[in-house]
Amino acid sequence: MKGHKELLLHGNEACAMGALAAGMKFFAGYPITPSTEIAEFLSVELPKIGGTFIQMEDEISSMGAIIGASLAGVKSMTATSGPGFSLMQENLGFASMAEIPCVIVNVMRGGPSTGMPTRPSQGDVMQSRWGTHGAHPIIVLSPQSVLECYTLTIHAFNLAEKYRSPVILLMDGIVGHMWENIQLPEKIEVIDRPEPSVPPDWYNPYDNLPGGEIVPLVPFGEGYRYHVTGMVHDKSGFPTLVHEEVEQCLDKLIYKIKNNLHDIIRIEEYMLEDADICIVAYGSVARSAREAVNIARNEGLKVGLLRPITLWPFPRFHLENISKRVKLFVVPEMNYGQIYGEVLKSCPKKAVRVTRVDGELITPAQIMEKIEEAAL
Amino acid sequence: MIRTSETMYKYLRPDKTFPHVWCPGCGIGIVMGALVRAIEKTGFTKDEIVLVSGIGCSGRMSTYLDFNTLHTTHGRALSFATGIKLANPKLNIIVVMGDGDATAIGGNHLIHSCRRNIDLTALIVNNNIYGMTGGQYSPTTPMEDKASTAQYGSIEKPFDICKLVEACGASFVARSTTYHAKMLDALLSRAIDKKGFSIVEAMSQCPVQYGRRNKKGSAVDMMMWYKDNAIPNPAFKKIPPGEVGEQFPVGVLVDLDEPDYLERYSQIVKKAGGDKL
Repeated sequence: MKGHKELLLHGNEACAMGALAAGMKFFAGYPITPSTEIAEFLSVELPKIGGTFIQMEDEISSMGAIIGASLAGVKSMTATSGPGFSLMQENLGFASMAEIPCVIVNVMRGGPSTGMPTRPSQGDVMQSRWGTHGAHPIIVLSPQSVLECYTLTIHAFNLAEKYRSPVILLMDGIVGHMWENIQLPEKIEVIDRPEPSVPPDWYNPYDNLPGGEIVPLVPFGEGYRYHVTGMVHDKSGFPTLVHEEVEQCLDKLIYKIKNNLHDIIRIEEYMLEDADICIVAYGSVARSAREAVNIARNEGLKVGLLRPITLWPFPRFHLENISKRVKLFVVPEMNYGQIYGEVLKSCPKKAVRVTRVDGELITPAQIMEKIEEAAL
Repeated sequence: MIRTSETMYKYLRPDKTFPHVWCPGCGIGIVMGALVRAIEKTGFTKDEIVLVSGIGCSGRMSTYLDFNTLHTTHGRALSFATGIKLANPKLNIIVVMGDGDATAIGGNHLIHSCRRNIDLTALIVNNNIYGMTGGQYSPTTPMEDKASTAQYGSIEKPFDICKLVEACGASFVARSTTYHAKMLDALLSRAIDKKGFSIVEAMSQCPVQYGRRNKKGSAVDMMMWYKDNAIPNPAFKKIPPGEVGEQFPVGVLVDLDEPDYLERYSQIVKKAGGDKL
């Protein structure tokens, strides 16, 4: 697992290795295709470093266990696919409300319901945003390559710790099972949980600090006895129904993400400077989209690519800026158009979609068809 | 009496969380008192204890007591507790749940926690009803008893929680009632000291949502019923099966010495050539 060396890995393995590189020491999960290799890999590797691997009775308890481990001060993760992700929504909401850092990997497969376990999909984009009830913030990252499965997993842990929030790594079945020869980065930033700056008597785990600074979460057992609940709480963590305190509690959840979009949102642009048409694609589809850009450019068509690496919060401002320059957005997705809807919200009447839900890849040719149609 | 109150006060969060939500006559306060006395007896400091609870009347206990406290989602307390224990084995974890919380929505987590033998102490407050939501029948509501969702009487066979967890492999199983508060103290301190998954079932009256509907009388009447029907386990075993009636055993029902999950996991760590946990 040293740097420099070239390794032949698949996405799930790279994700698990990224988690270890980020300092993850606790994994709880339940077997589900196509994510299971992450659990299998960690069941071998975690005991070697004194970490904990546990296979729970379901995805509900897996999510509960990683929240518990994080409260005990250990970086924790679970991995699943659509049906299991549905079961996690309850405790994912708890992690959001109680502001517990943790990472949830969802290797998307065809749905709804049992759907197509062995076929890829991008059907959980909206579920990752709105799956749990109530207004809540969420950070969702989407890797397009095996290397990114590694680097974005580390980034997911960094964001989780920095913003005291659950972070979802939304992979798809292709990225998870794809093999690539990669070179692991030699050095990569790892953010650990900061120490509290105040003594126990002054500690309010949910305080609103000036400038939006986030209060460090002190592990249980270190002398800072406090209360954690999924109920709306005041700054000390105890349930409240006083309306000013309710508002403060919920506003803070939203604004800690909203006020830091510049730090959280990552995008990649490819040949967009002079483009008339902008493809918006993420995950494995972005690979086909990039090839479509190359083909189009060979044909003399000015096409570029915007790849949201951060899916949520959605890079709306980037899109709005690009929309001033381009005539059309083409949004290919392995669903019926979940991000397409977001593109329409930002740039009405300027977007078309390319959809595929039969469990097959979206090819560059399929994207080109739409582009040529539009160019005519 | 004064000494008892002083002990109690030491563990409460008086300026933050009172008045409490429990109805007049509720048994949960007695159970909470027993838990506090049991912890005091074990000698653990407040910082060494994590109190995890589920949702419902008994779930509020974590709010009132001055430990590291975690009020989780309905039925899931044991899964959160599992994560805490495995991430930091030095912490002593007590999980408070109600009967619906532990055996209906959380039933899956309960049986698997027993099977894994994770070193946690589970305190199940059994009042035979969903109290907080207004008296719906739970998995421990006796057959033919009435509830807000069983107006014609319950037709479901109730769980015997202690038999259930015994069958699932819990290391330590005990039962007491709010009438037998001193016994509850003693059983809880033994459960906390016990390595492995230990369960104490505390039978607790709910005069408002369960008692009133089923003509059980006042809280005192319900406690007197516990007095009359709770039989110490050795004596209970001598009752011929046909003559048991409404009686039930109290005291220690199971006490096994088996390696707990972490002991087994440390063998995995060794096999993998890893550092000691």
